[in-house]
Amino acid sequence: MLVIEDLHASVNGAEILRGLDLEVRAGEVHAVMGPNGSGKSTLANVLAGRESYEVTRGRVLFEGRDLLPMSPEARACEGIFLAFQYPVEIPGVSTAYFLKAGLNAIRKHRGLEELDAIDFLAMAKEKLKIVEMEQSLMTRALNEGFSGGEKKRNEIFQMVVLDPRLAILDETDSGLDIDALKIVADGVNALRSPDRAMIVITHYQRLLNYIVPDHVHVLLNGRIVRSGGKGLALDLEERGYDWVKADAGAPA
Amino acid sequence: MVAGAKEWEGYLADFAQLASNGNTPAPPWMRELRRTALDRFTALGFPTTRHEEWKYTNVAPIARSRFERAESTRNGLTAERLAPFTFGEQGGTRLVFVDGRYAPALSALPDLPDGMMAGSLAGVLTADSTALEPHLARYAACQDHAFVALNTACMEDGAFVSVPAGTAVPKPIHLLFVTTAPEKATVSHPRNLILMGGGSRAMIVESYVGLGPASYFTNAVTEILIGESAVLTHDKLVEETDGAFHIATTQAQLDRSAVFTSRAITLSGALVRNDTNAVLAGEGGDCTLDGLYLLHGRQHADNHTRIDHEKPHCSSRELYKGILAGRSKGVFNGKIYVHQDAQKTDAKQTNKNLLLSEDAVINTKPQLEILADDVKCAHGSTIGRLDEDAIFYLRSRGLGLEAARGLLTYAFASEVVSRITIAPLQGRLDRLLMARLQSLDGWSGASGVPA
Repeated sequence: MLVIEDLHASVNGAEILRGLDLEVRAGEVHAVMGPNGSGKSTLANVLAGRESYEVTRGRVLFEGRDLLPMSPEARACEGIFLAFQYPVEIPGVSTAYFLKAGLNAIRKHRGLEELDAIDFLAMAKEKLKIVEMEQSLMTRALNEGFSGGEKKRNEIFQMVVLDPRLAILDETDSGLDIDALKIVADGVNALRSPDRAMIVITHYQRLLNYIVPDHVHVLLNGRIVRSGGKGLALDLEERGYDWVKADAGAPA
Repeated sequence: MVAGAKEWEGYLADFAQLASNGNTPAPPWMRELRRTALDRFTALGFPTTRHEEWKYTNVAPIARSRFERAESTRNGLTAERLAPFTFGEQGGTRLVFVDGRYAPALSALPDLPDGMMAGSLAGVLTADSTALEPHLARYAACQDHAFVALNTACMEDGAFVSVPAGTAVPKPIHLLFVTTAPEKATVSHPRNLILMGGGSRAMIVESYVGLGPASYFTNAVTEILIGESAVLTHDKLVEETDGAFHIATTQAQLDRSAVFTSRAITLSGALVRNDTNAVLAGEGGDCTLDGLYLLHGRQHADNHTRIDHEKPHCSSRELYKGILAGRSKGVFNGKIYVHQDAQKTDAKQTNKNLLLSEDAVINTKPQLEILADDVKCAHGSTIGRLDEDAIFYLRSRGLGLEAARGLLTYAFASEVVSRITIAPLQGRLDRLLMARLQSLDGWSGASGVPA
């Protein structure tokens, strides 16, 4: 589904990703772990198409098509979804209005009929249950005054509604207490399916107790230096990143 | 200023006609008022950009043009034609003025509460002007304002609304000023007087629309007296044409514990100047001045506000927001005067601007003058562009770039619009903003033609 080859990317002239390779097949859940500054969020943002991240080398194929020239909205329409590490607060725009606009843009692209307000609300109400959020969320301004946990749950809610083919979760566990973490994980697990893939980016192993990955990768200095099964995450938890750093011959 | 004699000729002729009782037989005090105002106007002349209060707003195009008083016809105007600008049958009282004159056939006067008056100022002047004499031209001063002086000299008609003490008017009162401008450049000087008795409550919408292709000049003055503990909401809407000049002063006087909420919303017009002034003349008064200006093409809008805290324990809040596209220019000047006696004043002023193009310009200036020593005053202004993070967030969910920008711009404006308490008005503005901002590209183009 997703093939990343020799990806190099810079932010404000500083190279963050330095030759990253990764392949994700449909139905798989990949965890990308790594210390701060290793390039985890850069990877997420490059895949979602943030323009301030400049790709200097390499290529990314999504369903066999070149992803990099696509606009962020085109990627969303193709089925890529990024759950933000820091969801943006937008006063004056209700979650319902915003999400309906997004969903209908995507449906239109897929050749589906656009949903009217009534059908949308009926559908959204069902999906809200998955993340255990109140219906009032729909009429509140997008993320405005939300707690950290509410924002993250709202991200998962949006993911469930937009029904992506590839979901990228950027540190969705950060700032969550254990109850919120479980709700988020349940939402993600509910979406696991043979034709959908996920990339779960996280600093800590904790989330992976609830979202069990098929593959775990360690990102260091902009490259994947080690890959393995779910056991790798436990090793990291126990031995820390220094162990991988020493192993990879990188400066600690 | 000296250059002006020729510029005024037209107005002097208009005045001569009014003074000779051409249309309205005026009482002696009224004639005196006009005469004094005309003298003041000719002494002041049209302001130039050397005048501190007009530094960024050049009214030379108004001074240069020869605007004629409109003919007293309705130019075949029908209720259907006005329907988009009214609130339909549930709207309550509606006073419609066409080219400056009251149009009873287009107005709606459902059962008014006992003792309440709502109608044509000219009508009241002709019938029995005793209710007007103590108030008319007592609040909006001619002294330093040429356009107020000109209005006072040349006024013919406008709305007179008087709500008796203790009366709550349940439905909004809509004052609708329509300029037909079919071919000749015309001028009107609408003059409104709103008297709120002690403990009364009302909502007034004052809106200005243009229909025709010709240039015109609206020079309006609204005076408002709010009695003790009375509550008034005043929403002003400027929807003039791209060929229109709109200069207006809203002057409110608040008694003890009175509450005044004003919104000045500018949606269109070639040159718009709103002066919104409130005097907190009794203890415990509360005033909110909000505004929104939505500019594109080569439009120019200038909002001047002035709040006088004359007495202790009053509070004032001010939020003006501007969205500027194309080559438009905006001005915000907000004065707060805290007089020596006005201890425990609580005043806050905010002006936020969103620039959507490289060529749009905003001049914003807060002016606080504080003579009392125990007060809380704050002000702040911002000028910015759309937040890139927010744009990316919306696009990552499937919204196109233009849709994302439009939605964020709408959100910026909605902070002011969402405060409107009159549901049909809020709904109409909401739809209007949505429609306009959805196609920002077309809307913000330098062509000056709204999409």
